[in-house]
Amino acid sequence: MSSITTHDAPRGFSAREYMTCLTGIVWREGLRFLHQRERFVSALVRPLVWLFIFAAGFRQVLGISIIPPYETYILYEVFIAPGLMAMIQLFNGMQSSLSMVYDREMGNMRTLLVSPLPRGFLLFCKLLAGTAVSLLQVYAFLIIAWFWDITPPLSGYLTVLPALILSGLMLGSLGMLISSGIKQLENFAGVMNFVIFPMFFASSALYPLWRVQEGSPYLYYVCEANPFTHAVELIRFALYRQINWISLAVVGACTIVFMIGAIFAYDPSRGLARRGPAGGEG
Amino acid sequence: MTSPAPIAEPLQMPKPDPAAVPALSIDGVSHAYGPRRALIDVSFGVRPASFTALLGLNGAGKSTLFSLITRLFGIQSGRVGIFGHDVSRTPGEALRLLGVVFQPRTLDLDLSLTQNLLYHAALHGIIRREAAARSAELLARIGLADRARSKVRDLSGGQMRRLEIARALLHRPRLLLLDEPTVGLDVKARADIISHVRQLVTEQGIGVLWATHLFDEITTGDDLVVLHQGKVLAQGPMGRVISEAGAQDVNTAFMRLTGAQMMAGGGA
Repeated sequence: MSSITTHDAPRGFSAREYMTCLTGIVWREGLRFLHQRERFVSALVRPLVWLFIFAAGFRQVLGISIIPPYETYILYEVFIAPGLMAMIQLFNGMQSSLSMVYDREMGNMRTLLVSPLPRGFLLFCKLLAGTAVSLLQVYAFLIIAWFWDITPPLSGYLTVLPALILSGLMLGSLGMLISSGIKQLENFAGVMNFVIFPMFFASSALYPLWRVQEGSPYLYYVCEANPFTHAVELIRFALYRQINWISLAVVGACTIVFMIGAIFAYDPSRGLARRGPAGGEG
Repeated sequence: MTSPAPIAEPLQMPKPDPAAVPALSIDGVSHAYGPRRALIDVSFGVRPASFTALLGLNGAGKSTLFSLITRLFGIQSGRVGIFGHDVSRTPGEALRLLGVVFQPRTLDLDLSLTQNLLYHAALHGIIRREAAARSAELLARIGLADRARSKVRDLSGGQMRRLEIARALLHRPRLLLLDEPTVGLDVKARADIISHVRQLVTEQGIGVLWATHLFDEITTGDDLVVLHQGKVLAQGPMGRVISEAGAQDVNTAFMRLTGAQMMAGGGA
């Protein structure tokens, strides 16, 4: 067998090719989302149930003192709105991870991964596409919530955007990291029990952390260490045109760590490679 | 069978004649899933503008080999080159020249034919206008132009396969891999797909590696690689493989080769 000789000089990829690829992946994710109406509806119904029912019931039980970024006493609904926004993104990130497991089983992931562009870039595009979908869901929720008297300053809708992009990327890359370790679709129930619920409840989404601290100091530390808490706080402050620097740092750092982990896990010489053939055997 | 290529071999070869560079070269590739060895020191090549049939039963290692060539799995040992580009070292350049049709269906069923093609084109960095023109052209060639806006879900199995082949050709690759592309299709659809791919070889000079366990898909003039239990048992032009096995046809040659291997394995 002849040894490998180079036929053409490598020409690399132009910025335009990268952009075409990115927009193509986001476009496809958007199309798929539009075709899955049930997914959109359930993504909206979930936080609205919390808002309309849970918050109404708890309004009298939980008193909220004035804590930043709020400047006046607020209704419990107003307090949990940012937590519910983050919850939408948490579910979306995990659902994207589900779709990656599904894609891998169905072979669509193969189509993505045989693209000649660098694999890290492809996965980053996939993350951005998932985040874009979560933004649609969050803004749809905000529009409905506005009629429920959750009325942050108008410019807050704009200032919250970068926070949502960052938290969407963090939760998406966490989902991707988890998906690389899931072999089968059924394991998503495990993700719900061991990732989504603990992350959501051990956070500042439903109750201010000073309240948690009164109840259990240990749980307070768990909440403080939970990246989801910081996603919630980042969104909460940004919605009221403020920056929570600690949360920004935590969310930013976690995004980088999760993303590197996910890209590492999908590296052909590691992660997937340890498994058996993905498709038919033979 | 050749021994594994030395790892630190210098790449200073005289400037090669383009026709001499193999479309695909597999050099001493081995792969294991834990203790199970799926490929053992596999070496062979595919010439440009040739039809090479990779013949093997289910479980022979064909899909593993395809996963290595397409970089879905990392290469544990040996080397894979596509027109001289090492798949591990310069995957971008290698994958750019490669079109692939996987055994499981990999289309988005809820998207239209055109949308599926445009997505694939984007993954190769082909700008929208160019992609739309190529998609229309390819759909016309596979006789599905009037279905361009239908959902893929509404196509028949044979039509989906044709669409997958069209998709694999969108970025104008010079090497096309097909992993058992006719499995589950009726006689007519099978014949259509085989003749279409053979046309690509003769008319466009594409090198084809066609994995199959169906002997009737191979004809005289094809190159043959017989893969069995992860090892290459024979390779070369079909006539030579048959005569060297002392057989009259591919079927008998295959049975003799694999049977002999099993006996040798048992006796050694």
